[in-house]
Amino acid sequence: MPRSRFTGLIVIAVVLAVLPFLLPNNFYLDLAIRMMINACIVLGLNLLIGFAGQISLGHAGFVGIGAYASAVLTTHYSWSPLAAMLAGALGAGVLAALVARPIFKLKGHYLAMATLGLGIIISIIVRNEAALTGGPDGMPVPALALFSFEISGEKQWYWVLSGILLLSLWASLNLINSPFGRALRALHGSEVASQVVGVDVAKYKLAIFVFSAVFASLMGSVTAHYVGFVTPNVADFFHSIELVTMVVIGGMASIYGSVIGAVLLTALPQALTGFEGWETVAFGSILMFCMIFMPKGLVPTLAAKFGRR
Amino acid sequence: MNGEWLPQFLQFLFSGITVGAAYALAALGFTLIYNASNVINFAQGEFIMLGGMLTVFFLQSGMPMPVAVVLAIFIPALVGILIEKLAIEPAKNAEVTTLIIITIGASLVIRGVVQVFLGKGTHSFPAFSGSEPIAIAGATLLPQSLWVLGVAALVVAALGWFFSRTLMGKAILATSYNRLAAQLVGINTSRVLFISYALSGALGAIGGILLTPLTLTSYDVGIMLGLKGFVAAVVGGLGSGLGAVIGGLLVGIIEAMGAGYISSAYKDAIPFGLILVILFFMPRGLFGSKVTDRV
Amino acid sequence: MALLEVSNLTKIFGGVRAVQNVSFAVEAGIVYSVIGPNGAGKTTLFNLITGIYVPSEGQIRLDGRDIAGVAPHELARFGMARTFQNLQVCMNMTALENVMVGAHLRLDRNLFKGALRFPSIARRDAALREEAAELMRLVGLEAFIDAHADAMPYGALKRLEIARALAAKPRVLFLDEPAAGLNPKETSEVDILVRKVADSGVTVVLVEHDMKMVMNISDQILVLDYGRKLAEGSAAEVRRNPDVIAAYLGTHQ
Ligand SMILES: Nc1ncnc2c1ncn2[C@@H]1O[C@H](COP(=O)(O)OP(=O)(O)O)[C@@H](O)[C@H]1O
Ligand SMILES: [Mg+2]
Repeated sequence: MPRSRFTGLIVIAVVLAVLPFLLPNNFYLDLAIRMMINACIVLGLNLLIGFAGQISLGHAGFVGIGAYASAVLTTHYSWSPLAAMLAGALGAGVLAALVARPIFKLKGHYLAMATLGLGIIISIIVRNEAALTGGPDGMPVPALALFSFEISGEKQWYWVLSGILLLSLWASLNLINSPFGRALRALHGSEVASQVVGVDVAKYKLAIFVFSAVFASLMGSVTAHYVGFVTPNVADFFHSIELVTMVVIGGMASIYGSVIGAVLLTALPQALTGFEGWETVAFGSILMFCMIFMPKGLVPTLAAKFGRR
Repeated sequence: MNGEWLPQFLQFLFSGITVGAAYALAALGFTLIYNASNVINFAQGEFIMLGGMLTVFFLQSGMPMPVAVVLAIFIPALVGILIEKLAIEPAKNAEVTTLIIITIGASLVIRGVVQVFLGKGTHSFPAFSGSEPIAIAGATLLPQSLWVLGVAALVVAALGWFFSRTLMGKAILATSYNRLAAQLVGINTSRVLFISYALSGALGAIGGILLTPLTLTSYDVGIMLGLKGFVAAVVGGLGSGLGAVIGGLLVGIIEAMGAGYISSAYKDAIPFGLILVILFFMPRGLFGSKVTDRV
Repeated sequence: MALLEVSNLTKIFGGVRAVQNVSFAVEAGIVYSVIGPNGAGKTTLFNLITGIYVPSEGQIRLDGRDIAGVAPHELARFGMARTFQNLQVCMNMTALENVMVGAHLRLDRNLFKGALRFPSIARRDAALREEAAELMRLVGLEAFIDAHADAMPYGALKRLEIARALAAKPRVLFLDEPAAGLNPKETSEVDILVRKVADSGVTVVLVEHDMKMVMNISDQILVLDYGRKLAEGSAAEVRRNPDVIAAYLGTHQ
């Protein structure tokens, strides 16, 4: 395999390196940071939806678990941010592992229903347990201190997240071209065929679900610390949908598509602020338009157009 | 035991079957569209919202109730057709996930338009025949609940007749079993789609109109109502009309009981907990058939 | 002890008895064919033996061990591999990757080592690529080594399934109509390929409608009709069997 698989990674690295020097102010830096956070979550989700072919309409629930673990454990129980973050990831992972066996017996719309239900239950819990979570108003989150070093300010966060994103991209590219990743794609392509060559389908679905849930939770923690505040919206059904939309618009089973999808959909609401009241209509129309004319998503469609896969 | 449990139980039961009837209508809407086009229409809840909000709007603009109601059923039916023509047909062979996003896009458009023109306020209109509660065994039942149940029963009966006695109804059923075979025997499957989406829009709207005097309405009530209708459709087993009705009632009753006896704060979580439990044990819902996938 | 022993195997779907009380044994190292009209239950028999369906009744023994109802991915460990009558190619992958998936059980499948691209994994994958390309050449797909699966014609996909099955280095290979839909030239290539595979010591169980091919390469033939065993024996025996002749001429009661 030629190195060309990583060309995109190098391009992104270069863009990330020069971007802060081109952006006029912290507003754009903040936008870039949020794009990177979303891109990381979407990468994990795309492994599940795009590569393994298993839909999840409740992934924001896992983001919420991470965000609230970081908020609640540090604020109410004075845990260190790192310990809280890991506890959230552990919680998300255990929950995902517990529900994975029964959930992944389901297919298609039944799977969509089950994951949606799981996500909604998490978001309702977060909203209701006001004594811990602040309820619908949300709660503040202390800064992210790792050992004696504290990350603060857009600049620092930008570099930290650039590192996380590049690492995630590199690892994802590796993963999908490893024996594990091929088994994952194979069970999407044909479940029986993958079974008869020895792929324990249930185990692989569980593994990637847990993996993407843990990753979503970790990024939820990062978001909470970065923003310094968390509201139940992070765990909402609508946030789940946003994440899935990023996957699909960028391109299912496309690593770089995940980044593009996250960038576009994070920027879109900003771009639509000029529509005064019509934002929702515009957002909905754009979703429909993209999906009708590019059902495979942006990156795969363009790649096919320019004769590359 | 102090003998007080019965009135309370009945009270929960009444409110359960009342919302359950509306869920059943929404679930039937899901089922119709699912059978006709294998799509789960996430905009189904918006039909419910449209029914209530449009009635409010037409009443406010001075129309008499019957006219307002007819228009508030007709327009969502039209919206259903538009969704089918503009969004579903062009994307025919797309994957499940893609189709889900398309219908979610449609729901955002509908919700957004309503928000722009009718605002974010909460609305209601008077119950159809007063709000003097009827006492039954110590519990009370609002006349509007009877309206909900009566109309829902009528609609279900009419649908039953439509599907078993009319050519068009049978054509829709045939298409849902085997689309290709239906086309081969000369069924106009694009008409089937057209009618299914229109009916689905109308059913949702009827539920929304009936419920509004009891539960109020606003531009954003469609999300939760729609999702619970989806739960109801899945409880019964996707594609089964009877399953949708029973699923709707079951979801409504269990939600009301859970809210009453366990926790009203977690009312909205109950249907979703229920569906998880059901799917864990019955991966195709209560009435879904067990089949061996062919290889 | 025979490699594979099937006794009193039955599978019922709703009311349909797809396989009824079928018994037979396959010795190691032979080519064993299963023939019969469409709907006779041949594919169902394969699905039962390879663990896709759970038998309604009966036993299946591999090396004397009862494997009825054991999951397909477990059976793969015991050296079973198969192809499908209705193509089961992963259209979301390249042809070469499809073959590489066949080697699944022979690889280090650790998620983290894969994500961090451990040198051991990278090295093994590079070698596997060569191995898979070699297999594609063996089945006559050298022209498609760089192709994406969804860009390949039907005949090529059928052979791709064989290459994938071979990548598992099986002891028993089940081929469900490998020549169906192929032109005469491709059919004779598959014929030669099956022989080559059998000669390399792999036991082959074959379902095929091409009688010339079946009669030529089979050591033993099982005839199914309406889910029942109609006859079993060498090619010459089966050809002479009056029940078989009747069934194939359509005068079956
Ligand atoms: N998954 C299934 N569900 C229901 N019936 C099946 C299934 N698989 C096979 N059958 C039925 O079993 C019978 C045998 O089919 P099959 O094994 O495919 O025959 P063959 O491969 O010999 O042509 C047929 O009547 C077929 O319809
Ligand atoms: Mg067959």
